[in-house]
Amino acid sequence: MEQSWKQAKSVFAAALSAPLVWLVLFFLLPLAIVWAYSFGHNEGLTQIAITGTFKNYARAIEPLYLKIFLKSAWMAALTTFLCLVIGFPVALAITFASQKAKTWLLLLIMLPFWTNLLIRTYALIAVLRNEGYINKGLEAIWTLAAKIMPLQPFQPLEMMHTNFAVVVGLVYVHLPFMVLPLYSALDRLDKSLLEASLDLGAGHMRTLFKVVVPLALPGIASGVLITFIPALGAYLTPDLLGGPDSQMIANVIERQFKRANDWPFGAALSFLLMYLTFVAIAVQALLGRKKGAQA
Amino acid sequence: MPKRSPPGPLEYLRRWQMQAWLAAVGVFLYAPLIALMAFSFNDSRRNIVWKGFTLKYYDKAFNNSSLIEAFANSLTIAALCTVLSVALGAMVALVLWRFRFPGKTVLDGALALPIVVPEICMGVAMLVFFAKVLPWPVGLPWPLNLGAITIAHVSFSFPFVAVVVRARMASFNREMEEAARDLGAGEWRTIKDVILPHMAPSLVAGALLAFTLSLDDFVITFFTAGPDTVTFPVKVYSMVRFSVTPEVNAASTILIVLTVILTAVALKLQGDPAATAGAHGDGK
Repeated sequence: MEQSWKQAKSVFAAALSAPLVWLVLFFLLPLAIVWAYSFGHNEGLTQIAITGTFKNYARAIEPLYLKIFLKSAWMAALTTFLCLVIGFPVALAITFASQKAKTWLLLLIMLPFWTNLLIRTYALIAVLRNEGYINKGLEAIWTLAAKIMPLQPFQPLEMMHTNFAVVVGLVYVHLPFMVLPLYSALDRLDKSLLEASLDLGAGHMRTLFKVVVPLALPGIASGVLITFIPALGAYLTPDLLGGPDSQMIANVIERQFKRANDWPFGAALSFLLMYLTFVAIAVQALLGRKKGAQA
Repeated sequence: MPKRSPPGPLEYLRRWQMQAWLAAVGVFLYAPLIALMAFSFNDSRRNIVWKGFTLKYYDKAFNNSSLIEAFANSLTIAALCTVLSVALGAMVALVLWRFRFPGKTVLDGALALPIVVPEICMGVAMLVFFAKVLPWPVGLPWPLNLGAITIAHVSFSFPFVAVVVRARMASFNREMEEAARDLGAGEWRTIKDVILPHMAPSLVAGALLAFTLSLDDFVITFFTAGPDTVTFPVKVYSMVRFSVTPEVNAASTILIVLTVILTAVALKLQGDPAATAGAHGDGK
């Protein structure tokens, strides 16, 4: 049983004080300042006057920025969907693998996840660029084909600096985020339910959609959330792989704070992004509660 | 030789469709990284076609003093961040696990914030904080010059450590604590001799998590770093912006190898990853 803090005041105070001070001073205070700035405006080059204006938020929902928000949400949603489609069979295979294979497969999924994000993105640049491995491979095939039939000279596929590259990059980076929660949900599943479904004549696909998916729904939801949130706020992937028209919201925020030097507007944008994140979490919590109430 | 039985209904791993799918995902995840590592040994500046084996880009990377300095900075920050995060994370986990107190839900929620808040938001918050509230003096002796980045890293790492430690403490048998107390141990003694030993594996896991998180972070560091405090990812970023060179490949390969070793150590210490995968999935 948990004990009341009054029973061991010295231990309680000693253990709580340092983390609490740290959290307030080095996390909540910085966020609070940004929040305050979002209601201010630039005065001169370095001064920011906090006037309680909503001008920055009004500007953030102008069509130009609203479009970037919608685009970011769409790219994150597409990424999440692709991760789910690609990752679900992988999680399923791991769940039903032998103990030894399970260990190795999990390791294989987790290893890229522990590798530096920048390095993984850099590795993708070398694959996707005009002189990259894909284009070199295509060129080789093309040259071979050109010997048999007359063909135009090879034109490399422009993949870098496109939305396509950004989505590929986001899927590449976030796939483990999806597979691990899916696996932990599927692993808890009662396997005899699947066997019963198969015994009673349902096919594999039918069993999957009628039995496995409904039972694993909480795990799927948490995988979706864990993938969607970082994808929505992704900065590095669109920055390095995307072109001028594939900027996501994080890139716009960075620009306000670094080059454009419009901190109040950047602050408003980053808080809107944060609210979107909280909405996503709240929606998931609500869905989870509904599910719990039905069961 | 006995004929292999056809795959059972649930042996998905033995179906060729599933094997093909897994192989494709494996290629997708690993081919870019393996190509990156292979081409770090490629004797060609343009780094497109294989021209023969060389170690000269490793030589170059090791002689690139700014790259080495950035690497040393990253390791120093990661080490400092690990020590502080484990201490703070363990303390707050202990408080949340052990005590009933007013405001517990609020603390719990606030502690989840650094985990869920988008990196970019935390990055700009740190930028503003170190620009306006606590301007970090320039030109401090090493390692004090890394203070701002270390503080930022601890802020996002220690809640992760707390998650790992709390997960471990859930399996603690409180009767052990009562037994210790019956046998005359005081509060502090109980913590030191009974609770801490149970916590130990999660402290190691938390330490490795904090170390990797710190070493891996780019976005928050990018906003916190000054011109004279460059970390490895920030340095690589500026090199990548410039061009794709074998030198970056060599430096990246070193970091990948380091990560693989760290992961191997972590798994050895933690045991079966199948048992801990859930904690990682929820944790990161």
